[in-house]
Amino acid sequence: MQSNAALEYDYSVAKLYTYTAILFGFVGMLIGTLIAAQLAFPELNYLFGEYGTFSRLRPLHTNVVIYGFTVSGVFATFYYSAQRVLKVSMAESKFIMFVGKLQFALYLIAATAMVVTELMGITQSKEYAQMEWPLDLLIVVIWVLWGVAMFGLIGIRREKALYISMWYFIACFLGVAMLYLFNNMAIPTYFTSGNLGSMMHSVSMYSGTNDALVQWWWGHNAVAFVFTVPIVAMIYYFLPKESGQAVYSYKLSLLSFWGLMFVYLWAGSHHLLWSTVPDWMQTMGSVFSVVLILPSWGSAINMLLTMKGEWNQLTENPLIKFMVLASTFYMLSTLEGPIQAIKSVNAIAHFTDWIPGHVHDGVLGWVAFMIMAGLFHMAPRMFKREIYSKKLIEAQFWIQTTAVVLYFTSMWIAGITQGMMWRAVDEYGNLMYSFIDTVTVLHPYYAIRALAGVLYVTGFAMFAYNMIKTMTSSRELSEEPQFRSPMA
Amino acid sequence: MTIFLVVMLYWYIVYLYRSEKKGEKDYEKLGKIALDDELDSTPVNSSDPLPTDNKEQNK
Repeated sequence: MQSNAALEYDYSVAKLYTYTAILFGFVGMLIGTLIAAQLAFPELNYLFGEYGTFSRLRPLHTNVVIYGFTVSGVFATFYYSAQRVLKVSMAESKFIMFVGKLQFALYLIAATAMVVTELMGITQSKEYAQMEWPLDLLIVVIWVLWGVAMFGLIGIRREKALYISMWYFIACFLGVAMLYLFNNMAIPTYFTSGNLGSMMHSVSMYSGTNDALVQWWWGHNAVAFVFTVPIVAMIYYFLPKESGQAVYSYKLSLLSFWGLMFVYLWAGSHHLLWSTVPDWMQTMGSVFSVVLILPSWGSAINMLLTMKGEWNQLTENPLIKFMVLASTFYMLSTLEGPIQAIKSVNAIAHFTDWIPGHVHDGVLGWVAFMIMAGLFHMAPRMFKREIYSKKLIEAQFWIQTTAVVLYFTSMWIAGITQGMMWRAVDEYGNLMYSFIDTVTVLHPYYAIRALAGVLYVTGFAMFAYNMIKTMTSSRELSEEPQFRSPMA
Repeated sequence: MTIFLVVMLYWYIVYLYRSEKKGEKDYEKLGKIALDDELDSTPVNSSDPLPTDNKEQNK
C-alpha cells in the first residue's frame, strides 16, 4: 500500500456505472410504461412487429430494470461507498482498478447482449433468469470480478472494522453467486434432442416441481439479494452521511442483518402456494415470510430513527425526503409481502394484479428512490459540482410519489377485484364470471397504471436531465461537501 | 430448526447488550465510519472500546 498523503478516492468506475444506471433506468422504465399501456390498449402491441409485443417486451422490461438499472446502481454505489467506509482508494491498487474497469467492460457487453437476445426472443423462459447460458457464463465472470474487487479493497483497507453497508454488499455478492449458479444449470437442446435442437436454446437440469422450487428459490432471492440487501447497504451509508447523523442503533443494524440472512433464504416457496410442492414447504414459505417482517422493519425503523431530532431536514433537503420515503415504502412493501404470503390471502392474491402492485411499491418506491438519492448524493463528490437544480428534484419527488401511489392503489383494487371475480360462484357452484368479464372490469385500473408509468418515467427523465446538467454545466465546488449535498 | 434460530437470535441480542454493558465492546462508535469517511481521517478500526472509554466507564 502506498502513502495516502496525496491520495484521493478514485470514482472512475463508480462514474461509469452511474452512466449505465441512468441509461438503463430510462430505457427499462420506458419499456415498462409501454407494456402497461399495452395491457390497457392492446393495439399498442403492433407498433414494432414481433419486437413490440407484450410477450417480447415484458421480460426485457424486468431484465433491463433489474440487471441494467438496479445492478448498475448497486455497482456504482459500491465502488463509491466501499472506498470511503474502508478508507482506501481504488487508485492505490492498479490491479483492483483494472479489475473494476474490466468488470464494467464485460458488464456493458453482457447487458447489451441481454437486450439484443431478449428482443430476438432468445430466452430460458424462467422469470428473472431469462438470459441464455452463454450470457450466464459471462455474468459469472462479471460477478467473480466484482468479488475480486470487493475483497481486494477489503484486503488493503485502513478501516479494519467493516461498516454495516459492507456486510450487506458482501451478502449480495455471496447470495446471488450461490443462487444464480444453481438456478441456471441448463443444457442446450442441441445436445438433448439428437441435433434437432439449438445451441442457443437450453432446458433446465431440473424438472417439474423441482425446477419450480429452484426457480423460486432464485426468483424470490433475486428480490432479497438484488432488490433488498444492496439497497439496505445504500441507505445505511447514504442516509447517515447526507443527514450528518450516525445510524440510530448500530446494534439493531447488526441484529437486522443476521435476522435477514437467516430468514430470507427460506421464504421463496411462498411463490408456489397452492401448487404441487409439498404442503409443509408451502407452510414454511408462509411462516418465514411473516417472520421476515422483523428484520426488514428493524432496518427501516433504524433508518427513520436516525433522523430523530433532525426531522427539519425532511423539508429542507429533498434527498432526505427521497431516502425517508424509500425507507417507508420498504416498510409498506415488507408488510404487504408477508400478508400476501399467508395461504388464505394468497388464495385470492395469487396470479392477480395485486402481485405486480406489491412488486412496484417496492421497486419504484424503495429501490429506485434509494438508487436515485444515492446517485444524487454521489454526484457533487464525483464531479466536484453542485447538483444542478433543487427545484427539479422537488418536482421529480412529487411526480414520482404520485406515480407510485397511483400504481399500487390501482393494482390493489384491480388485483382483489380480479381474485374475487375468479372465485365467485353462483348458488349451484358454477363460476359466475368468464375471464373476459374480469378484463372488462379491470380496464380503468390498467389505464391508471399506464398513467402512473408515464408519470414515473417523466420523473426519471427529470432525474437524468438533472444528473447530466450536474456533470456538465453546474457550478464547480472548491471543496468536497461533508454532509448535505449542495444544490442550486 | 426454527427453535434453534430463535434461540440464536435471542442469544445474539443478549450478547450484544452484555458485551457493551461490561465495556468489552462499543458497537455504536462504528456508526461514525459513515460520517467520518475521509481518506486521511482516523480509522475507528474495531468495536473494541478506546482506552479513554474504559477510563470513563470505570470512574
